[in-house]
Amino acid sequence: MASAPSKQYSDDVSLLMVLLDTNPFFWGGTNTTTGVLSFSSFLTHVISFLNSIILLNQLNQVVVIATGFNSCDYIYESSTSEAIIVNSDNGQMPALCSKMLQKLEEFVIRDEQLSKENSPTGIVSSLLSGSLSLALCYIQKVFRSGPLHPHPRILCLQGSPDGPEQYVAVMNAIFSAQRSMVPIDSCVIGAQHSAFLQQASYITGGVYLKPQQLDGLFQYLTIQSRRLVPDMGMICTPTDPHKPNCATYP
Amino acid sequence: MNYNKTNNFGERRLNGEDKEEDDDDDEGNGRGMEAWERAYADERSWESLQEDESGLLRPIDNNTMQHAQYRRRLRTLSATAATSRIQKGLIRYLYIIIDLSRAAGEMDFKPSRMVVVAKHVEAFIREFFDQNPLSHIGLVTIKDGVAQCLTDLGGSPDSHIKALMGKLECSGDSSLQNALDLVHDYLNKIPSYGHREVLILYSALSTCDPGDVMETIKECKKSKIRCSVIGLSAEIYICKHLCQETGGSYSVALDEYHFKELLLEHAPPPPAIAEFAVGNLIKMGFPQRAAEGVISICSCHKEAKAGGGYTCPRCKARVCELPTECRICGLTLVSSPHLARSYHHLFPITPFEEVSPTLLNNSYHKLTKTCFGCQQSLLHSGNRPTLRVACPKCNQHFCLDCDIYIHESLHNCPGCESLRHSKPMNNNE
Ligand SMILES: [Zn+2]
Ligand SMILES: [Zn+2]
Ligand SMILES: [Zn+2]
Repeated sequence: MASAPSKQYSDDVSLLMVLLDTNPFFWGGTNTTTGVLSFSSFLTHVISFLNSIILLNQLNQVVVIATGFNSCDYIYESSTSEAIIVNSDNGQMPALCSKMLQKLEEFVIRDEQLSKENSPTGIVSSLLSGSLSLALCYIQKVFRSGPLHPHPRILCLQGSPDGPEQYVAVMNAIFSAQRSMVPIDSCVIGAQHSAFLQQASYITGGVYLKPQQLDGLFQYLTIQSRRLVPDMGMICTPTDPHKPNCATYP
Repeated sequence: MNYNKTNNFGERRLNGEDKEEDDDDDEGNGRGMEAWERAYADERSWESLQEDESGLLRPIDNNTMQHAQYRRRLRTLSATAATSRIQKGLIRYLYIIIDLSRAAGEMDFKPSRMVVVAKHVEAFIREFFDQNPLSHIGLVTIKDGVAQCLTDLGGSPDSHIKALMGKLECSGDSSLQNALDLVHDYLNKIPSYGHREVLILYSALSTCDPGDVMETIKECKKSKIRCSVIGLSAEIYICKHLCQETGGSYSVALDEYHFKELLLEHAPPPPAIAEFAVGNLIKMGFPQRAAEGVISICSCHKEAKAGGGYTCPRCKARVCELPTECRICGLTLVSSPHLARSYHHLFPITPFEEVSPTLLNNSYHKLTKTCFGCQQSLLHSGNRPTLRVACPKCNQHFCLDCDIYIHESLHNCPGCESLRHSKPMNNNE
């Protein structure tokens, strides 16, 4: 009775909000800074990673939001789709994979059409403030759903540089995440560090990553994700000094 | 007058209605809601019954009602925003005094006064730092007639909350004078540009003081310390006197909901502050984060610490936490995120507008089916559209819950942020 924790989480169940940078100027740019990584191989890594999270616990939820150049939108919600049964026999993940890729393609086409209407003038950032705001609204809905809800985290997979004009909005989102005790993890795949995401992870108590080698992104995400998703601790070696990071309080 | 003995100043309240009339006396300007605007839990729900076109009673939608109240508040807020904007940058130094005498163990609030107070103080501290990013809070408790400093003035919400949750037990008498003497000593030392405030959450009906409490009240008045009291039992003369003398507000909570409301009224800067500190420019420093592995003498702990911390740009002293004031040269030290916390006061987002019922009924097949923010369905079972709001700038539709979250915590419109051509975002009218 003495202490009154403000949030209750159902143990071991995660809600991972993944914000995917789909900015065509980053992925298709002539001065490709991504090294060997193409958008499609990036997606392969991400989908394997998302599947590994759902595989670990059937109750884990994954939501994917696209961070575009002209718009942002929800791409995938594991909770509303038909039950995802990952068929380990043929090694495919039909439901997640096909549904998500289809919506993602539609989104990218729509997003690109918007830039034909107003052609970009120098700015190549993606709308991080938009996708962060959407993710936070979604998490509030999960909080409202009852006293027991999954552990929410936001994971930003960001390639484009920061858009200075979004500074105020991004900071507003970071502070709101901090108040709701939602950690923002970030994995930067662009050439430069992202000052926005460094702030976001620092203030909300999340993890900031900038992998050196991108061709092993899936392994990297999976290994790092024992810090991102509490459950993932079980795939580590027992001698691992890093305890699964369960406490999300900053 | 002599207050050496334990005196009983309590006047038991007769009933709720009398009380409300008393409350209206105290200047009335800050009180957001009148009794008739308050959310009726169960006891008065008949008043909101409505008939529909065919004369049948409509079910009461509590959500809708709360939302209407919230919108009313939002409108008054944005009306006063222009005048209050100037106050937001001011630095407040607030001591919260929590009465943990045996009266705090009473169970008229469930499960006890003490637990209810702690719960809402936690929310208050977070809200306070949100609204006053550069300000400081300190916690003091009264127990066994002795006032004790729980946390020093500081800017980190978590350390205060942790300290409070660890100390939740009550016993003995309460002493207003001891508590005021203690915080008076501390607040007297803070720089002149800071606004000194005390907020007392008082459970007891009496005070057990070593000397003349009237003298202490005079001292507080002289030091320009604004003292406010929220009582949990009944009105007490000495508390009312204290608030009147020092320009604070006095109120007595009727129930938990009322207590929460009264407490949160203290989060925005009080109206008097604007006049108090007009045009007082404050010099601020943006300290560097100290490099890892460098050993320096910490000015707050007075011992050598390795790495971490910040370095004062003027005198190069090391401090552990921001925001603070350099103990060596007195410069106010803030980090840029601390300043960023006040941005939403400078760029408030426009209120959303309700989508009119006629529009909902005529063309709902064209309306979006889900909330743009959270993907919640905006249709009742049977495909009737629910009440929804729209952003006047981006025209996206939102559910009522998102509306509240967006305006009270997020301070971004997800729709506007998800559209490149809606930039630049100069959204102050
Ligand atoms: Zn200094
Ligand atoms: Zn919503
Ligand atoms: Zn909008």
